[in-house]
Amino acid sequence: MREVLVLVDHVDGAVSKPTTELLTIARRLGEPAAVFIGSAEDADDTALKTLKTFGAEKIYTVEDADFRQFLVAPKAEVLAQLVQQVSPVAVLVASGAEGKEIAGRLAIKTGSGLITDAVDVQGDGDSAVTTQSVFAGSYTVRAKVTTGTSIITVKPNAATPEQAEGAGAQQAVQVEISEGAKGARITASEPRRSSGRPDLSEAAIVVAGGRGTGGKFESIEEFADALGGAVGASRAVVDAGWYPHSYQIGQTGKTVSPQLYIAAGISGAIQHRAGMQTSKTIVAINKDEEAPLFELVDFGVVGDLHSVLPAATEEVNKRKG
Amino acid sequence: MNIVVCVKYVPDATADRHFESDSTVDREGVDGLLSELDEYPVEQALRIKEQQDDEVQVTVLTVGPDDASDAIRKALQMGADKGVHVSDEAIAGSDSIGTSLVLAEAIKKLEHDLVMCGMASTDGSMGVLPAMLAERLGLPALTLASEVEYDAGRVRIRRDGDTATQTVEGTTPVLVSVTDQSGEARYPSFKGIMAAKKKPVETWTLSDIGVSEDQVGLSTAWSQVMATEPRPPRTQGEVVADEDGSGATKLADFLASRKFI
Ligand SMILES: Cc1cc2nc3c(=O)[nH]c(=O)nc-3n(C[C@H](O)[C@H](O)[C@H](O)COP(=O)(O)OP(=O)(O)OC[C@H]3O[C@@H](n4cnc5c(N)ncnc54)[C@H](O)[C@@H]3O)c2cc1C
Repeated sequence: MREVLVLVDHVDGAVSKPTTELLTIARRLGEPAAVFIGSAEDADDTALKTLKTFGAEKIYTVEDADFRQFLVAPKAEVLAQLVQQVSPVAVLVASGAEGKEIAGRLAIKTGSGLITDAVDVQGDGDSAVTTQSVFAGSYTVRAKVTTGTSIITVKPNAATPEQAEGAGAQQAVQVEISEGAKGARITASEPRRSSGRPDLSEAAIVVAGGRGTGGKFESIEEFADALGGAVGASRAVVDAGWYPHSYQIGQTGKTVSPQLYIAAGISGAIQHRAGMQTSKTIVAINKDEEAPLFELVDFGVVGDLHSVLPAATEEVNKRKG
Repeated sequence: MNIVVCVKYVPDATADRHFESDSTVDREGVDGLLSELDEYPVEQALRIKEQQDDEVQVTVLTVGPDDASDAIRKALQMGADKGVHVSDEAIAGSDSIGTSLVLAEAIKKLEHDLVMCGMASTDGSMGVLPAMLAERLGLPALTLASEVEYDAGRVRIRRDGDTATQTVEGTTPVLVSVTDQSGEARYPSFKGIMAAKKKPVETWTLSDIGVSEDQVGLSTAWSQVMATEPRPPRTQGEVVADEDGSGATKLADFLASRKFI
């Protein structure tokens, strides 16, 4: 069976959930082979075991000491060299900002077609058929790559990670990184403070606040915590400086597709919808019954979020017992 | 110094968008404009121009149908110096692979110390074009900048990633893509609008940039759309009014009925 390369997304060796989703998808297309770029300490037993547990038959490890301080381009070179060596059926990359850049460069380097932001990938004979959600979620598109290797970036939650023990044969790969790929140097990096809540793009429940909060996000956070969810925000909130940009949902922020999306004080502009329209269940709280977001809801409350949210938090906490 | 800003002409996002029978986007029935996300790199280019003592020439480059000259005009009104419009029927239906080829070959014909792009288009929104373009031009890419500083051939950006905020540096020639967090784009002034009328705009065809017809267009795309389907519209569920605080209880009932509690 031909290999399917999965670029492992990790922070200091902690393998992300989307990576386990990619491995699950890879099994539909061929033989999953994980590509782990990082230091020897990062590629520890826990990391390798996770990859194996979710089906990696092979694990290529690439020591990145020489190129860790450069943005994106070296990783694309690593993948291009592997594509040359193993002629995989497909290369799967998580759809974050970095993943898309790597995939874009890789497509050009290898003369391959690229499909981004797949919400589903299925095998069909020798090819990978993707499903994408476009135009603010109003259309579904099925597509496949016709030239070169299928390079696909996949959104979080595109598959439920399923365990299936793989052989996990480890192979250290030597790569040559060109000088040209070392032109964008990271000179400082300040890790983001963790909120202790689930990651926004991966969360099963998201509670988002808009301009209607007036900047008081405590009630949003408390409701999110009662439900075990992540916190999100509209751009109006981010522009006002009330909450960091990394929490923005929409066209120029994150796209989320949780089981449950709760919006409080968000009107539902098209650019906001683009980031949440594919959520399974949608709930809105807004004092204006004409707010466009109500058109999408499974349940809505017309009322003042400043009273509804604290009361609902209390009610949820009480029922959880 | 020379800055080339790549801009796209897009259908208005607030209008209804749909697919043609050949699975390309219908751009006919919808009003177009300069992609709002491409106003940001124009703005950053103009700010660099204003800060430099040396002469800085800002060229806006677009690939697209005849109407796409509207996008160039808007950038010229904002303050860019000249425009280049690559227009050729053969380009219609190109994917990002084809479009990046056309842009790259056009840029090679222009002097460029800095190539600037928006973070994504407001229509296709793949967000991969800057990376593809950098790859084709052999340039380093400082991407998703929320802050751009230029000083004597060195560019430094701030990049707000998911796990960290980074400072990334490079030297010209370099490509920079900027986000909508980089600073409000200016509105054209009356003076700017009048001045734009006299600014030069060149129109190039594929043969002007040495790209052959069989390298671009729908039929040579490296991926193929098999089917497009409108998503069934969501049907509105129950919407209750919060009378005497009943909203919270009803909300909790709903969440419990869907097993979220
Ligand atoms: C190129 C571009 C990209 C964009 N990208 C994004 C994006 O990624 N994400 C995004 O969100 N937006 C984006 N926008 C902006 C978008 O168009 C809207 O301006 C924005 O989403 C509005 O945010 P909002 O709903 O919080 O604010 P508003 O539209 O002002 O809505 C506030 C809502 O709160 C309600 N409200 C007020 N007080 C209360 C109360 N006490 N209780 C209950 N309800 C109350 C009001 O009735 C109103 O419906 C983008 C715009 C452009 C042009």
